[in-house]
Amino acid sequence: MTMRLVLDYYNYWVCIILMMVGFYGVMAKTNLVKKAIALGLFQTGILVFYITIGKVEGGTGPVTISGAPADAVYSNPLPHALMLTAIVVGVSTLAVAMALAVKIREKYGTIDDHDIHRLEHEMPD
Amino acid sequence: MELIQLHLPALIVVLPLVTGLLTALLGRGGRGWWISLGATGAVLAATLQLLAQVVYQGPQTVTYLMGNWPMPYGIGYVVDPLNAAVMATVALIGFVVTLYAGRSMAPEISPDRARYFWAVWQFCLVGLLGITITGDAFNFYVLLEISSLSTYTLIAMGHGRDRRALTAAIHYLVLGTIGACCYLVGIAYLYMVTGSLNFADIHARLADIYATWATDAPVYKKTIIAGFAFIMVGLSLKLALFPLHVWQPNAYTYAPAAVSALLAGTATKVGAYGMIRIVYSVMGTDFAFTFLRSDILLAACALMAILVGSLQAIKQTNAKKLLAYSSVGQIGYIALGIAANNVAGLQAAVIHIFNHALTKGAMFMALGCVLYRTGGVRLEHLRGLGRKMPLTCAAFLVGGMGLIGVPLTSGFVSKWYLVQSALERQWLAPAGVVLVGSILALVYVGRCAEAMYFGQRPENSPEVREAPLSMLVPTLLLAAASLYFGIDSGTTSRVSEAAAKFLLGVAP
Amino acid sequence: MTTNPIMRVIARVNMPLMVVFAVYVQVHGEIGPGGGFQAGVIFAAAFILYGMVFGGAEMRRVFPRWISDAGSALGVLIYAGTGVYSMLMGYPFLDHVAIWPSNPGGAEPWGMVSVEWGVGITVACVMMTIFNEITEGTDDPPPGADTEMVPALHQNKTELG
Repeated sequence: MTMRLVLDYYNYWVCIILMMVGFYGVMAKTNLVKKAIALGLFQTGILVFYITIGKVEGGTGPVTISGAPADAVYSNPLPHALMLTAIVVGVSTLAVAMALAVKIREKYGTIDDHDIHRLEHEMPD
Repeated sequence: MELIQLHLPALIVVLPLVTGLLTALLGRGGRGWWISLGATGAVLAATLQLLAQVVYQGPQTVTYLMGNWPMPYGIGYVVDPLNAAVMATVALIGFVVTLYAGRSMAPEISPDRARYFWAVWQFCLVGLLGITITGDAFNFYVLLEISSLSTYTLIAMGHGRDRRALTAAIHYLVLGTIGACCYLVGIAYLYMVTGSLNFADIHARLADIYATWATDAPVYKKTIIAGFAFIMVGLSLKLALFPLHVWQPNAYTYAPAAVSALLAGTATKVGAYGMIRIVYSVMGTDFAFTFLRSDILLAACALMAILVGSLQAIKQTNAKKLLAYSSVGQIGYIALGIAANNVAGLQAAVIHIFNHALTKGAMFMALGCVLYRTGGVRLEHLRGLGRKMPLTCAAFLVGGMGLIGVPLTSGFVSKWYLVQSALERQWLAPAGVVLVGSILALVYVGRCAEAMYFGQRPENSPEVREAPLSMLVPTLLLAAASLYFGIDSGTTSRVSEAAAKFLLGVAP
Repeated sequence: MTTNPIMRVIARVNMPLMVVFAVYVQVHGEIGPGGGFQAGVIFAAAFILYGMVFGGAEMRRVFPRWISDAGSALGVLIYAGTGVYSMLMGYPFLDHVAIWPSNPGGAEPWGMVSVEWGVGITVACVMMTIFNEITEGTDDPPPGADTEMVPALHQNKTELG
């Protein structure tokens, strides 16, 4: 029973594991660059989630081919198109995070969250 | 003219997008500001025209099909009384703050980078206006990210004055991205069940599914609940609702003054709009509030926000941080109005979105004037300014009275409706908390006012004079508007009534 | 920057092939797998690979900074301009029929081609701008120096003025 729950829905488990690894990284890592990478992982989990819900059992690629049977089943192409946009959003987020990390390194001399916190604690309000 | 009328909904988003790109290409020197000012002014005119159309002239909805694709398949922009009101708020604040930012941002940005700043400024407005107007769930996400990414950059612009702006920006980035991702997962769940991304279409298909629950075993129940929960968490992060508000105080405090005013007036308000949209016109209140009882949870968060935000505000020594925590509390009022699920509550939420944007905008801009002249916004910088900068302090005080909810200021109108709606639901304790929140607001506004009017200028502090006109005029404009809409509440209640009745399906 | 001869030769040989492949993916976009996003990234990857091997300054000599800066705005402007053109002709935003009203079926691909070129230009230029932003001032450290970002610190101080 448990085995079936894992194997039948393995695609969902992959998403969950990816998202949770990313989420753990965002919370537990103190290095800002690692935080940003973990955030990327979290987003990748969502990309996989969308792709997996677009799959239709027995469906083929959603491209019309001459000679295809009239009752051919096609996978849903919409989630793929959506995720193309989400990938771009993810890359932009990563780029902004990296740019901020570079600036923080210049201003604080560190990109470790704990060190930054300690430095900020000494500053007046 | 007819052509403009036809394209009005699209122009609100497309115009600042195109001018923003042109600014990045050509906006050297002071030109970027002029382009931004023109674009925001045109957008303001367009939103007011749309507002008049849907509220006063009818029909109540205006639809615009992107690329002429019919609606469940393509992206449609749908204007109804609710988002017309929020759009007009965003455009108004956007225009006035742009007017203000020309002088206020000048010391913070290097001239060769100015055009990128103004481009990002306009993209932020593109995102915020787009969120309010779009009728498509995925388009909502993309525009949310456009506005958020611009916001992170704008907040980080404050690093020239205080390096903590950078950490505030990156913390907001991490939490904001998680929030947007939660929203995206929630939309995925709804898409699994309904196969649609159009708000109206999702609503219709969900209604069909709910109808089967009455007789048969509930299908898709867990999926819909999970989707709803993810969306609410994501939007609450954007809204800075109580337990998820941690990014907000630092972001508002260390951002440049004009950016704080823009964000306080628009970004969280658009989040509140998103929540109203999802609860009322996508999930349906029967599911969200009556079936799941999530109104109790939302109201509890709202009440905690009012209490915790106001109490935190009292103990701040930095006036900007004080206002930021006060915003956490004020968001609580809006969320309480959403949770009340009656006409008066929704009216309170819509009016408070508008009023709080005016008052907080005016107050952040007044603090920007103080920062410009004295170089700091801690309470000791405010001391004795009542005589040195009388107009700035007057604007701050008018805004402060709006936060307290003194009669004849705009804050009174929204609190009036809020208490009314709470009593209608027989929520006595929440109504009491609203009043307690006002008393707490009196304390923290009083601390600033005391420093301004009864404090002495610190010894050997440099001489200060009134802020430059180009910053003072927009500040006074918003303060005066906040007074005006407190005295003449006819316009705001008419618009909010139209919005509330449209959402609840009550005949106007 | 690397002095490894293998890397330098491979980068030099690969770069033109990648650019050609990017153009292939771009022009193939509307009738098959491909399109602006992918082409833009491949195009930018060619130059970023070159920049990583020969140093950011050398890359900016080959592909000047002002082109990538202007291109990132220009590409979106082409995209938006396609839509605005439809609006000016009285059709909804991005309704490609406006390009060739008498032949709607023929107009659709042309609209897509225009949009895809806009996307391609923007993605390529933004990728290079990101690379430039992060490496500028940090590249070409003197041989033997560690990769501390000290030059960036000085440069930025002057910039803030």
